[in-house]
Amino acid sequence: MRHFSAPSLIWLLAILLPVAALVSLTVGTVDISLSDALNAMTGSSVNSQIHIILFDIRLPRILLAIAVGAVLASTGAVMQGLFRNPLADPSLIGVSSGASVGASLMIVTAGGVIQSGALLGLSLVAVGAFVGGFVATLLVYRLATSGIGTSVTTMLLAGIAIAALAGALNSLLSYFSDNDMLRQISLWQMGNLSGASWTKVIIMGSVALLLMGFFPRDSKALNALLLGESEARHLGIDVQRVKRRLIVLTALGVGVSVALAGLVGFVGLIMPHIVRLAIGPDHRWLVPAAALAGATLLVIADSLARIVVIPAELPTGILTALLGAPFFVALLLQQRKDV
Amino acid sequence: MTMLADNISLHLSGFDLLRNISLEVEAGKVTAIVGPNGAGKSSLLKVLTGEMAATKGEVYLNKRLLQHWPMLDRAQLLAVLPQHTLLNFPFTADEVVGLGRIPHNTGLAKDTEIIAEALELVDASYLQRRFYTQMSGGEKQRVQLARVLAQIWQPSHLGEQFLVLDEPTSAFDLSHQKLTLDIVRQLAQKGVGVVMVLHDLNLAARCADNLVVFDGGVIAAQGSPEAVLSESLIDKVFGVKSIIAQHPVTKRPLVIT
Repeated sequence: MRHFSAPSLIWLLAILLPVAALVSLTVGTVDISLSDALNAMTGSSVNSQIHIILFDIRLPRILLAIAVGAVLASTGAVMQGLFRNPLADPSLIGVSSGASVGASLMIVTAGGVIQSGALLGLSLVAVGAFVGGFVATLLVYRLATSGIGTSVTTMLLAGIAIAALAGALNSLLSYFSDNDMLRQISLWQMGNLSGASWTKVIIMGSVALLLMGFFPRDSKALNALLLGESEARHLGIDVQRVKRRLIVLTALGVGVSVALAGLVGFVGLIMPHIVRLAIGPDHRWLVPAAALAGATLLVIADSLARIVVIPAELPTGILTALLGAPFFVALLLQQRKDV
Repeated sequence: MTMLADNISLHLSGFDLLRNISLEVEAGKVTAIVGPNGAGKSSLLKVLTGEMAATKGEVYLNKRLLQHWPMLDRAQLLAVLPQHTLLNFPFTADEVVGLGRIPHNTGLAKDTEIIAEALELVDASYLQRRFYTQMSGGEKQRVQLARVLAQIWQPSHLGEQFLVLDEPTSAFDLSHQKLTLDIVRQLAQKGVGVVMVLHDLNLAARCADNLVVFDGGVIAAQGSPEAVLSESLIDKVFGVKSIIAQHPVTKRPLVIT
């Protein structure tokens, strides 16, 4: 039996997300009361220091968390459908490993100019990560595409090969970096939202909206693809075109989110899986519900990241895994009992 | 109107899988393809349904080249049931059959009605809310059959419809084998052209209008079951000694081995 009907889960998450976001505004090194946060959001005047903390630091950070969480979880759902594998995740197409090489390369080679050098208000590391992710995806896609179309199996293998290569390059770069660079590299790989700015919110937000606009058009195609590629073709789906479109959108979404927030693991793999356990594999519901769930998880994880070791902060990526993994295990146990 | 394979040859990695095959699948008729393993039956179905391109020759669907049909239009005319479907996501039977309605824009209410009727037809109403991943092999195959039936449930203004089945009865018990053949006959009566690969010669003889015997990538014989099935042919193609008798009730040929 399914535990939720799809619409009720979406309603639940649609209420939970703003509540989590509002609570998240109040937590951090400086405590802000809920009424101050509410007042500020509704436009009433508040203490100027609080105003700065809310609008320059916390709000962009929360919005970034929402956009990154939504993008990672929805692309995860899409990749799991495309690869017909409930354990696939967006990194399968090479985007994360490529991005991490790009970021490390920038940290190691341009260490001195990292803070000053910037493009569109983004650090060179972000640009390096995006370019690295994009190149790796292109490579994986090219390797898997022949005259008869793109083979999902080859793509999986190519993704593994590229990830191994990227891992080696990463180790090589780490080997040649000094202590400070090493720390930067590993911090970046843990995923962090603390560098949020309005520029980042606008970039990430537009990408998230773009994906949310495109994914629903292909949700029926994804459903058909779960039967197999030739079965989907017999149902009138232009499989090659759908595949290409979804891979490009995923590479864009994950590439940008990795560039802006580092490697926030777990969300893309487990959130779609959890949502599927709850409402089933129909992508018309699964993709939006996973997006909402991913956004909610990341907002909660990031709030905790700000408070568990006050006055310091933990990288967000650690918290997503710490929060999500036990929940996932609990769900698996529950499911085992049901069967 | 017909589905027509015109002088098809298929070479794949140095092997001749099909050689100069010409086959006409008529609307309103049941065509059954039999033959030993590796004779090219499934290869022909793949070429007929556009899954593989023939090395030589063309396939026509209602007088129009198969590859010239827009994909969505083609899906309204041609439904295909493969031998195996590797669906490992927990869709319910309802949802699986609903996938067959993707090429249509008939609306949720009509689709729900068709889904229920299709499941009822294949004796799978009780599976409606069950998970596909938890069904037995025969149940899965029935649900998939319902899915392709739902795909061509209503006549199309685009032309005659065709149903391609690759060993539809392989996982079925006796009663569901018979049920499948009854459904196939009903569809033919409604004007659908059915082509299917079968392994059981007697099942084929009982329901086929046109029986096609494959051997080594060529058609060894085709025609009505009475005309085609002979002791010498079965010996030649399958290497099995047999007796051809007549079914006491249906009067169809009966192969006894």
